[in-house]
Amino acid sequence: MSSTLLQVIAGGLLLGAVYALFSSGLTLVWGMMNIVNFAHGDFVMLGMYVAFVVWTLFGAGPWAGAPLAVLVLATLGVTVYFTLIRGIMKGPMLAQILGTFGLALLLRYSVFWWFGANFSSLPENLVGGTLEFWGLRIQASRLLAGVVALAVTLALHFLLTRTALGSKMLAVAEDETAAQLMGIRPDTMQAIAWAIAAGATGLAGALIATFFYIVPTVGETLGIVAFVTVSLGGFGSVPGALVAGLLIGVIESLSAYLIGAVYKDMVVYALFLGFLWFRPQGLMGRA
Amino acid sequence: MTVPLLRIEHLEVRYGDLIGVSDVSLDVPEGSVVALLGSNGGGKTTVLNAIAGLIPLHAGSIEFRGQPIGGRRAFSIVREGLALAPEGWRLFVQQSVENNLKLGATPLHDKRRVTALLERVYDIFPRLAERRNQRAGTMSGGERQMLAVGRALMSDPKLLMLDEPSLGLAPAVVEAMYDTFGRLHREGLTILLAEQSIELALEVSDSATVLQVGKSVLSGKAGDLANDPQVQKAYLGIG
Repeated sequence: MSSTLLQVIAGGLLLGAVYALFSSGLTLVWGMMNIVNFAHGDFVMLGMYVAFVVWTLFGAGPWAGAPLAVLVLATLGVTVYFTLIRGIMKGPMLAQILGTFGLALLLRYSVFWWFGANFSSLPENLVGGTLEFWGLRIQASRLLAGVVALAVTLALHFLLTRTALGSKMLAVAEDETAAQLMGIRPDTMQAIAWAIAAGATGLAGALIATFFYIVPTVGETLGIVAFVTVSLGGFGSVPGALVAGLLIGVIESLSAYLIGAVYKDMVVYALFLGFLWFRPQGLMGRA
Repeated sequence: MTVPLLRIEHLEVRYGDLIGVSDVSLDVPEGSVVALLGSNGGGKTTVLNAIAGLIPLHAGSIEFRGQPIGGRRAFSIVREGLALAPEGWRLFVQQSVENNLKLGATPLHDKRRVTALLERVYDIFPRLAERRNQRAGTMSGGERQMLAVGRALMSDPKLLMLDEPSLGLAPAVVEAMYDTFGRLHREGLTILLAEQSIELALEVSDSATVLQVGKSVLSGKAGDLANDPQVQKAYLGIG
């Protein structure tokens, strides 16, 4: 029994790392410019479809699909920033919410129109079969996704806290006017934040495409996961998103195993609401 | 006559329908310290913010080294060599002291100079060197003022603008701060200093301009203004 439980926990951690990866993009954009991107989950969905297209056209797995998904989504992120976000940032909060929500619907139904509503999937053994160590059996695709996601999330944290670029981005986040006095162009830093945030979703999407169902509406589910992760971890905190992502991954897979797959979302959200009751600023957010 | 480092003519700034300043003219010759005097609400901060590019001009002109800079945005103006230590410091309180200083060096083209400039700032303010790894938000008022000035110096400016550097600080701290301005002046730096306290400002400056409800009403050598009853009148608002 205990080895099965360990296996469930390991699986939860690996998926949780991917949750952390795409949620850190959402938290970064929020931290930089107080924009809630409701299209965030649909960005992940697009990343999955990029990986899917790369496989159907070239027969290549995430090795080729992931870098391409990063590139495509980062470009989309910068485009969205300059065409939509900069405009709605000047408007009222409601315009910001409806603006990104409209973008979410546009992306979702464009994919619907092009690919249809059918579930697609990539062959499970695209990355490799199942590995076995310390008595645990883990799919290679899940291992790859989890490890890469964890490494990239940590790298993002390193970028923000240890590099000159990160320092400039945080400066814009804290005080745009003062940042300008330092010779920093706020919109350049914000565009970079969008490129990073959207690129992270592209990577996450391509990584889970090998073992997740691919459907145009999957962004809805993943978007909610991202929002829960970010509010649990604390808005604007990348380490918070990492801890929260791993936690949600483990709780999800434990409750799916112990109670039943149908109830896993219910358990996660019930715990989440209960947690927010006691600590509304999240694990690592500021009150 | 040579062109002054900074020349402002008939500057007018509006905030929507409100008038920030209506007619301000002043010259800052290279190598001098010029004080911008006036009571609260006289428009000192508005003038400095307009020079730095934080707010647009409505009318008039601002020339730096003979080139018009009015209407350009703040991030491009600081690259020309005008640095502002703004009102209320505006530090990046979540980041370390050293990160704040390094951010100040962003406008430099030659990043190899950062180390030398950092050493210079630490030499001027040894306290900042002691606290280099501390978060800026954990520092006292005097230390924050030091950091604001140090951060402005990191871009190696030709003109340093200081907005009310004595505000809210203990007298001993203010005195040390003004000693530092004197040192910078002797080292050849040009300074434009907005200050409410006449005695303090005139002590270190070569010349001064007095603002009264958004207009420059008096200009002259610091020594002359110190004994001019009109200055007192301007402050009291009966001029």
